[in-house]
Amino acid sequence: MLLSLKVAATAVAFSLPLGIAIAYILSRRDFWGKTVLNGAVHLPLILPPVVTGYLLLLTFGRKGTVGAFLEQWFGLVFSFRWTGAALAAGVMGFPLLVRSIRLSLDAVDRRLETAASTLGANPVWVFATVTLPLILPGIAAGAVLAFAKAMGEFGATITFVSNIPGETQTLASAIYTYTQVPGGETAAMRLTLVSIGISFAALIASEVLSRRMAARLGAA
Amino acid sequence: MTLTINVEHRQGAFDLAVDLAIGSGLTALFGPSGSGKTTLVNLVAGLIRPNKGRIAFDGEVWVDNAANRRFVPPHRRRIGYVFQEGRLFPHMTVRGNLHYGARFAPRGGEPGETLERVVDLLRIGPLLDRRPALLSGGEKQRVAFGRALMAKPRLLLMDEPLSALDNDLKAAILPDIERMRDEAGIPILYVSHSIEEVTRLATRVIVMDGGKTVAIGRPDEVLNVVPAATGALKAGSFLHAVVTGHSPDEGLTFAESRAGPLFLRATDIPVGAHIRAFVPTSEVVLATSLPDGISTLNRLKGTVEEIGDAGSVIMVSIDCNGDRVLAEITRRSAANLGLVQGMPVNLLFKTVSIAAEGIYRTS
Repeated sequence: MLLSLKVAATAVAFSLPLGIAIAYILSRRDFWGKTVLNGAVHLPLILPPVVTGYLLLLTFGRKGTVGAFLEQWFGLVFSFRWTGAALAAGVMGFPLLVRSIRLSLDAVDRRLETAASTLGANPVWVFATVTLPLILPGIAAGAVLAFAKAMGEFGATITFVSNIPGETQTLASAIYTYTQVPGGETAAMRLTLVSIGISFAALIASEVLSRRMAARLGAA
Repeated sequence: MTLTINVEHRQGAFDLAVDLAIGSGLTALFGPSGSGKTTLVNLVAGLIRPNKGRIAFDGEVWVDNAANRRFVPPHRRRIGYVFQEGRLFPHMTVRGNLHYGARFAPRGGEPGETLERVVDLLRIGPLLDRRPALLSGGEKQRVAFGRALMAKPRLLLMDEPLSALDNDLKAAILPDIERMRDEAGIPILYVSHSIEEVTRLATRVIVMDGGKTVAIGRPDEVLNVVPAATGALKAGSFLHAVVTGHSPDEGLTFAESRAGPLFLRATDIPVGAHIRAFVPTSEVVLATSLPDGISTLNRLKGTVEEIGDAGSVIMVSIDCNGDRVLAEITRRSAANLGLVQGMPVNLLFKTVSIAAEGIYRTS
């Protein structure tokens, strides 16, 4: 199911910059409403996926406020398209992404950032040359988690964009469909094996990646 | 190139209030822990903002809370800051760390030339391609010095850069700092609570205590007598002498002080050089007559100049033909000896009681 990979990859690619930004704000800034933001980010983790999907439909559907605006101004339609599947997957994986990045941000030695600033680096440079490289393992781990979540996302996706073959039918919903049809067991099994293969590959890739980064930091 | 600091700053229950002008050379901020040395340096670096006051360097105002609330952030001050714990970037090689400093330095001069000079100055050539995790403490600190220098700073700040190192490493790096002081030609503000470091390195000393400056002057003026043994500070006094010879077999260096011959640990200071030796107050034994059969090699003559009450002990100041030496003795000893002002007395102290880094050349 190439569609699933495309959906998951798009979801991660778009949520990554936003995830880093939100994680940075949550880790470094103190402001009124921080708890609310933190709660909102983690909500998809706790809510039943169907509820998240329904909320997405309400806001990003063609009749939804945001959805209507985006369609009118950018010609961007989410509902019942693969882009919607990606949005749903991204939202569901977002808490895992932010959590992982925030934890590694919290662990960064701020004194190194101070040292960089005394050497003439402005805050943006400090982030790009010191903070970012130091949290790369956390970003990679978060991205892998979010990717895995996106691959397996079912509840929010099916509620938001339904289960249209070739457009919004992801690996998970395809397996579900085959199990509902008599004689679909073989096809379901085949997809299950594919799913196991992809997940395994992702896990190994993340392991190798983080080990290499740890070695670079001299912490191995 | 003058740094003027006139600030008041409150941090928790601690108050700092100083009014200083710091010129070229190495100015040491000296005092016990908690006296405000690091806070002062962080104010100069721009890592903290003072509650009130003004900091200016070379005609450029860095902080002014009075009129326009001016505050120049650290990255625009063009300083070099060497921290106690090095703070090398773990994700870069030594070369990467050095280049990081140079990246923001103003153009002019060959950049490669600077790297070469810094590497030469600090003897870090073989380390260039290593990562900080694989360096020893002394190597890390030398790289940290190099990184600060690569930024072509106008002012170098050093916050106890040697305190995390053992004595051998310290002795190995002290000449590097001396070279930076003499060759780099930029003002250095050096925080320390080690009297050995300060007397050896400083061209000027600012003694701090409780957030205030207590004394300012040349090291031999300010520190000739260090009266208070507070916390990590070792109280002591200096003896001037001229090296007269060496005896490598015995591990000794001979010197002649104004009050008599000195026997010191072996040094490589040439014969004829003037030296100063730091004698801790607690190591000096006073005797009214010279005892026989005692291992102590150093026996000087002096007269009691002053007898001071230092709380639980008595601090006796002895004039050794121009050098003032302090001895810390108990009340009972003072009574047993019958010490009075003007009385002749013998001073005894062991060769090994003078630390190797307490002996240094003055000419």
